[in-house]
Amino acid sequence: MKTSRMFPDQAAIRAHHAALVAGPQRERWVTLAIVLVMAGVALLAVVRLEFSFARLGSGIVQLGTFLGLMVPPTPGTQLWALLKALAETVAIAFLGTLLAALIAFPLGFLAARNTMANRLVRFLTRRFSDSIRGVDTLIWALIWINVVGLGPFAGVLAIMTSDIGAFSKLYSEAIEAIDRRAGEGVTSTGGSRIHAIRFGIVPQVMPVLISQMLYYFESNTRSATIIGIVGAGGIGLYLAEMIRTYEWDQVAFIILMILVTVAAIDFVSSRLRLAIVGERTGRL
Amino acid sequence: MAHAIPRLPDTQIAALSAAYRSAQAAKRRTTLIGVLALAILIMVAGRVAEVDLVKLWNNAGQLTSYLGRIFYLDNGRLVFTDITDWYWGLGRWMSRLWDTLLIAYLGTLFGAIGAFFLCFAATINLAVNPAQRFFARRFLEFCRTVPEIVFALIFVVAFGLGPVPGVLAIMIHTVGALGKLFAEVVENIDMKPVEGAIASGATRWQAIRYSVVPQVLPNFASYALLRFEINVRGASVMGFVGAGGIGQDLIEAIRKFYYSDVSAILLLIIATVMIIDLVTERIRHRLISLEHSR
Repeated sequence: MKTSRMFPDQAAIRAHHAALVAGPQRERWVTLAIVLVMAGVALLAVVRLEFSFARLGSGIVQLGTFLGLMVPPTPGTQLWALLKALAETVAIAFLGTLLAALIAFPLGFLAARNTMANRLVRFLTRRFSDSIRGVDTLIWALIWINVVGLGPFAGVLAIMTSDIGAFSKLYSEAIEAIDRRAGEGVTSTGGSRIHAIRFGIVPQVMPVLISQMLYYFESNTRSATIIGIVGAGGIGLYLAEMIRTYEWDQVAFIILMILVTVAAIDFVSSRLRLAIVGERTGRL
Repeated sequence: MAHAIPRLPDTQIAALSAAYRSAQAAKRRTTLIGVLALAILIMVAGRVAEVDLVKLWNNAGQLTSYLGRIFYLDNGRLVFTDITDWYWGLGRWMSRLWDTLLIAYLGTLFGAIGAFFLCFAATINLAVNPAQRFFARRFLEFCRTVPEIVFALIFVVAFGLGPVPGVLAIMIHTVGALGKLFAEVVENIDMKPVEGAIASGATRWQAIRYSVVPQVLPNFASYALLRFEINVRGASVMGFVGAGGIGQDLIEAIRKFYYSDVSAILLLIIATVMIIDLVTERIRHRLISLEHSR
C-alpha cells in the first residue's frame, strides 16, 4: 500500500536495526554530557563574574551613546602628533619582529629534533621559549620599562621578547618538517654539519621563516598599538588617554587610523610574501 | 680502473660558466639591493623608535638585576628558601587566577558561538549573496583588528570596572579571529552532502546542521581550544585596564615594586598557561585523529 511505504512502521525498523540505533544513541549521550558540563561552567562563570541583565543593559545603552559621539571622527588638534605616534608604532613592530626573528633563528635549530641531538639542550630551549610565550607582551613591556625607561625602545624590546618564544617554536617545527635528503646529500659529498645545515636545511626553511616573519609583522603592528597603554611608546598612549577623557570622536579617529595601517601592512606583507616565497605558501 | 669522465670542449665550458656567473651575479645583486633596502628601513625605524643601544648596554645590568631582585624576599633571602612567605597571597591569587580562567572561558564560549553563526555568511560556498559575504568579512576583520585591550578600555567605561568588560572584549576579538578560521574550514568542505540535503528540500540552516556541521565540528572545536589558550594569556592582562582577573594584582606588584610578588604571580601565570597548553594540545590531537579516522 502506498501510505505504508511512505510512513513505514518506525518501531519495527528501530527494533530490526537495534545495534545501528544504539551506537549514535550513545554518542548522543556523550554529546549531551559535554554540552551540559560546558553550560554548567558557563553558568558558574556568569554568576561568579557578576553578570546581570541590568548591568549589561545599562552598559549597552552607554555604548550606544559613545557610538553616537564617535561620529564624525576627528583628529582634534593633534593630527601631526598622532601620525608621529603611528609611525612609531609601525617602527616598533618592524624592529621587534626583525630582532626576534634574528635571535630565534639559532634557537629554532637548538630546539629541533633533527639538528640538535642533545636531549637536554632541546628540552631547555623549548621550556625557555615556552615560558617566554606564557607572558603577555604587555607584561614584557612593563618589565622592559624598568630597564630602558618609558618610551618606544621598551616597546621594541617587549615585542622582541614575546616573539622570540613564538618564533623559536615555529622555526623548530619548520626545521623538523623538512626533507632530510638534501642535508644527507651535502654530508655525503664531504660537507660538515654546519655545511649540511647551511646548504641542506636553511634553503628549505628560509621561505617558511620569512613568511612567518611577515605574518607576525602584521599581528605585531596590532600589539604595538596597545603597548603605549603602559607607556612603551606608540599610538596606544593617545588612545588610552582619549578614552579616559571621553573624547570619543578622537577615539574613533585613532581606531580608524589603526585599521587603515594594519590593512596597508597586511597588503604589503602579503605582496612581499608572494614575491619572496612564491605561490607555495599561499593557500593550500 | 679509473674511468675518465668526458669533458665538454673548452669553448662550450667557457660559455656555460659565463652564463652561470652572470646568473649568480644577478641573483647577488637582487639580494644586495634587498639587504640595502632593509638596512635603510632599519635605520629609519631605529630613529623613529628611539632605539638607543648605548642606553641598552648601560642599563642591561638593570634587567638582570631586576630579574634577580624579583627572586628575593624583603628580608634579603632567596624566594625559594621560604615558600610560605613568597606565596603569602596564594589564596587571593588563586581566586583571581580562577577569575582569569573563567573570563577566558566565557569569552571563548560566547565568541565561538558568535563566530559559528557568522562564519557561514563569510564563505564563498554558503553565503546567501556576495553583499552578505562582503559585510560579514569586513565585520569579522574589524572585530579582530582592534586589539582586545582597546575594547576592554572602552567597555570598562561603559560597563564599569570588573570582569564583565573583560569577557565582552575577549568575546568580540574571538568572534573575529574564530570567524575567519571557521569560514576557511567551511570553504574546504565537501559540498556533495549539502547539495543532497538541499535537493531533498532542506532549508539553508537545515543543510548546515546536517551536512556541514558534522564535517567541520572537530576542526571548529580544535580552533576554539587553541583560541581558549590564547585567551587565557589575554585575560591575564585584562586587569591592567581594570577589566578583572590576575592582571590587576600583577600590575600593582610591578608598579609598587613588590618584587617577590611579581615573580610569584608571573610563575603562577606561566604555570597555568603551560598546563592549559598541554591539556588543550592533548584534546586537539584527539580531535584531529578523530577527524582522520572518519
